[in-house]
Amino acid sequence: MDILKVRDAADVEQVVRAALANEQPLEIIGHGSKRQIGQPTATNAVLDLSALNAVTSYEPNELIITVGAGAPLADVLSLIDSKNQHFAFEPMNPAALLGSGSDAGTIGGMLAAGLAGPRRIKDGGARDHLLGAHAVSGFGDSFKTGGRVVKNVTGYDLCKLLSGSWGTLAVMTEVTIKVMPRPECQRTLVLRGLDDIEAVRAMTAALGSPFDVSGVAHVPASSLRASGGALAALGAPQTALTLFRLEGITASAEHRAVSLTKMLAAFGAAETVSDDLSAPLWQAVRDVSPLAAAGRLGAWPVWRIVCPPAAGGRFGQALAHETGGEVLYDWGGGLIWAALPPAPDAHAALVRQRVEAVGGHATLIRGSEAIRQSIDVFQPQQSGVAALARRVKNSFDPKHILNRGRMMREAAT
Amino acid sequence: MTIMMPAADEAVLQRKDGIVAALRQIVPGEGVISSAAEMLPYESDGLTAYRQPPMVVVLPDTTEQVSQVLRYCHDNGIKVVPRGSGTSLSGGALPLADAVLLGLGKFKRIREIDFENRAVVTEPGVTNLAISQAVAHAGFYYAPDPSSQIACSIGGNIAENSGGVHCLKYGMTTNNVLGCEIVLITGEILRIGGKTAESAGYDLMGIITGSEGLLGVVTEITVRILQKPETARALMIGFPEVEAAGECVAKVIGAGIIPGGMEMMDKPAIHAAEAFVHAGYPLDVEALLIVELDGPSVEVDELIKRVEAIALGCGSTTCQISTSEQERALFWAGRKAAFPAVGRISPDYLCMDGTIPRGQLPLVLRRMQEMSAKHNLRVANVFHAGDGNLHPLILYDANQPGEIERAEAFGADILKLCVEVGGVLTGEHGVGIEKRDLMPEMFSDIDLAQQQRLKCAFDTQGLLNPGKVFPTLHRCAELGRMHVHGGKLAFPELPRF
Repeated sequence: MDILKVRDAADVEQVVRAALANEQPLEIIGHGSKRQIGQPTATNAVLDLSALNAVTSYEPNELIITVGAGAPLADVLSLIDSKNQHFAFEPMNPAALLGSGSDAGTIGGMLAAGLAGPRRIKDGGARDHLLGAHAVSGFGDSFKTGGRVVKNVTGYDLCKLLSGSWGTLAVMTEVTIKVMPRPECQRTLVLRGLDDIEAVRAMTAALGSPFDVSGVAHVPASSLRASGGALAALGAPQTALTLFRLEGITASAEHRAVSLTKMLAAFGAAETVSDDLSAPLWQAVRDVSPLAAAGRLGAWPVWRIVCPPAAGGRFGQALAHETGGEVLYDWGGGLIWAALPPAPDAHAALVRQRVEAVGGHATLIRGSEAIRQSIDVFQPQQSGVAALARRVKNSFDPKHILNRGRMMREAAT
Repeated sequence: MTIMMPAADEAVLQRKDGIVAALRQIVPGEGVISSAAEMLPYESDGLTAYRQPPMVVVLPDTTEQVSQVLRYCHDNGIKVVPRGSGTSLSGGALPLADAVLLGLGKFKRIREIDFENRAVVTEPGVTNLAISQAVAHAGFYYAPDPSSQIACSIGGNIAENSGGVHCLKYGMTTNNVLGCEIVLITGEILRIGGKTAESAGYDLMGIITGSEGLLGVVTEITVRILQKPETARALMIGFPEVEAAGECVAKVIGAGIIPGGMEMMDKPAIHAAEAFVHAGYPLDVEALLIVELDGPSVEVDELIKRVEAIALGCGSTTCQISTSEQERALFWAGRKAAFPAVGRISPDYLCMDGTIPRGQLPLVLRRMQEMSAKHNLRVANVFHAGDGNLHPLILYDANQPGEIERAEAFGADILKLCVEVGGVLTGEHGVGIEKRDLMPEMFSDIDLAQQQRLKCAFDTQGLLNPGKVFPTLHRCAELGRMHVHGGKLAFPELPRF
């Protein structure tokens, strides 16, 4: 294995050009914390961006930060935290889920994976916060897109494509990301003992209210049994938890907590959990702690299923019932994490058939290399869209040098 | 006209009668317009300085017709210019003499309102405001609110990635759309996204939004809707200096407050607006800030206190706080009427749309005054202060020889200045034809080549809306050519592990 640790954007350009000349595919990594996600890439050459780790500029009053793609996410988060700011999309740290240590990876990896946490329902995903990027395409050309201001429609918004493209379109070298003020306080309302369908009904009501909830999640009792940590402690003695988060200035969050409690009375009497106890709950939801690799379900494959939120309860309950698996709901039912008992295809056929029926899509986030080799990790798309996606890929990387085959299981050119 | 459009293809123009007849086969009756008089309303959009009658106007009313029209044009090498309500301020829907103008005005139906999933599925010809109106009875609304919202279509909003005064807090169009049905120039009909927070695979919805009609024709859109905040109140704050107002904006944001809207006007804009709508704006200030806070009343009351204190600290000389909905509406009335108000004091005006880092505002306004003297034209400024989006209005008289050219040169100077201070050419109006030739100020040839390669993935012949956005047209084959630079994968100087 050849690991090429580049020092700057010019190195990246050189490496890609040389790779192109040799038709040598490259695996692009930051810290490699999410390498286990995606179709296995067949290559023995790794382009390592971890040395591109400088903070170019941080301007709290402009709500932006510009950093090298290899900057450690943890360091950047603590830097912006020092100014009471955060990434509003709440990037997940999948390390515990994958069993890959504790490293949250790099900024480039965060954007390339685009795995947003509970606040996505309110503030959007990584794609909504990437304002500009410098990157090297599969042509070996350094290009920039977007800018350093929050409002910009100059040219195509390539930032959207780069977010969530798993390094298959271009190698980001430096990015500008929007930061937001961190809410002063948070309150979490807790309902106990709801079944999945009732819970999604309660979450739908909360999301359709004017109370500006910033997180709505449901953890069934059986999933709680699989885990320790903040959720399990709150869930004892093993009742399902439905969580509603309210954030903002203290007076407002408290006021809304009271109003929402009243509105949810039909579903039960909600308890209120405050700041220091509330935050770990949402971190556990964000990182899907109940399905962690170190836990009881650690050997099971894990799917990330995105569906229309109101359909989530019925979908998740049926999937858990049919497979004997465990599920967890975020985004008011619009995001379902499912750990399913081992099966040769990780139940891909069943999951895909069902998810298509409700207009959603599923990605295998945890699975052995053998399984990821043999099934589509990402949702296969309707043929016209898949063909367009291939043309888009080719417009950035015609020789499929960058993370070849990671998102699409097909014969590479 | 100072902007050159692609030369008309004489061979296509000579085939006009045959083309019109073929289009009538696809779209019957009044859906095909080819007489000069009837095409008049289509010869320009909101950028009225530019006019060009199209070859023919087609107004289909089904996706299947759109598909057939596009396939016919694709197969016969005919250019197509898509159009929604024609309110683009950057010339995005300016016709071409040898192109079919494809109007989506008949796609006027809201197809589905899904409160449970907080989504509306709509046809592209529905106006922005009509979506909010259709869901208002349940307390919902569609957040992006461009000033033209009573007229502009949601399809056009997708094309332009439209913003509005509330996008600081609630995002632009791209942050509020979930999916679409799009017809490619080949006639192929694709569905992207849906009622889900994210779509599978590459974020194609993200690239279609803001693509200015160059990638495809959207025939159905799924947007997300939000619950209206419980209440909204506004502060109207006057400052003796523009710098002080700029400082106040930075401090409000710095204090962690994201207002629903934060707008600034300079003295000429204040005076024009006050003369027009009599909103009670102070006339002895250099800058006026309107800050709107929304949410539960306990929150709004608290934040109003905080903003007021920040403003005082920055040297504000007047501060009024709305105590009723009427009063709030009155504060906004002047700002919302700023464009027509300026229209009353000048025969013509050009509206610019750069974005700058907020901190550069005083410098940019100062330099703009110098430019105003240099070009001998007046300028009034309204400004989405919260997100740094400037709208300088350059006042001119098209009947005076040379004034439009001077106005355009002034505008170009302003936009170059925006880029120079770290900003961008357009915050919400789009590049269109207006800023097309300024693109090299912001992007290198390589940057633009990558964007055009993406265009090729959707439209290899470059038939959709040519002459917009990109200053130079390249053939896709040329853009796709690989320049292999040789060399082996051997970097002795790089650390290896």
